[in-house]
Amino acid sequence: MTVKQLSSSGQFNILCMPEPEREIDGVYIGDLLSWVMGKAEADNVWITIMSNINVIAVASLSDVSCVLLAEDVTLESDVLNTAKEKGINILSTPLSAYEAALKVSGMI
Amino acid sequence: MSEVLNFHFHVDGDDFTSAGQASIQIKKNLRRLGLDPEIIRRVSIAMYEGEINMVIHAHGGEADVNVYEDFIEIILKDTGPGIENIEKAMQEGFSTAADQIRSLGFGAGMGLPNMRRYTDDMKIESTVGVGTTVTMRVNL
Repeated sequence: MTVKQLSSSGQFNILCMPEPEREIDGVYIGDLLSWVMGKAEADNVWITIMSNINVIAVASLSDVSCVLLAEDVTLESDVLNTAKEKGINILSTPLSAYEAALKVSGMI
Repeated sequence: MSEVLNFHFHVDGDDFTSAGQASIQIKKNLRRLGLDPEIIRRVSIAMYEGEINMVIHAHGGEADVNVYEDFIEIILKDTGPGIENIEKAMQEGFSTAADQIRSLGFGAGMGLPNMRRYTDDMKIESTVGVGTTVTMRVNL
């Protein structure tokens, strides 16, 4: 499944999607950035409630296919602009991390 | 590729939000060289963790990435406070980072362990009050 397909499921809001064709092959949930870098795998959807600028760097370096912000977490406009520049897909959802992971899991 | 390619970066110690610039640039440069994505991922994450450490603990420093024919070497050099107990610092979960750093999602005590996890060789030379040099190597 691609990020575009995930985004069109009606469950998730698109904050930015510069790389819609990125493939998704799993999920990692975490808010501690070094844990994410240590454990998330390339092409995972990364579900988090962190929203600071460092999230973009971590998403880029970890090569995750998409950041999914749970619990309706929002991003400052400068963070969003950086995400677009760096080619990082960002979706959001009112769901909890657990519920969001179940939805993604049911689709891949 | 018999010649050594060097990429040098100054890591600004005052701006926490811009930390990662050097690592992201390295990722781009290594991509241009056509290296394996997993190698690039390992090098850039290890370097980012080192960059963050230099910003959190040492007011910045200098980063060098040398691309050899069969390995990539990352050298991170700072003139910060040094590491008192390297063995302890290498333990997962051990951290001396301030609460403000933790609220940003760092300071979980996973930086040095991640650097070791993602590299084939890692050496830390540190003198309290003088500074720290971390040398990492990823085989190609």
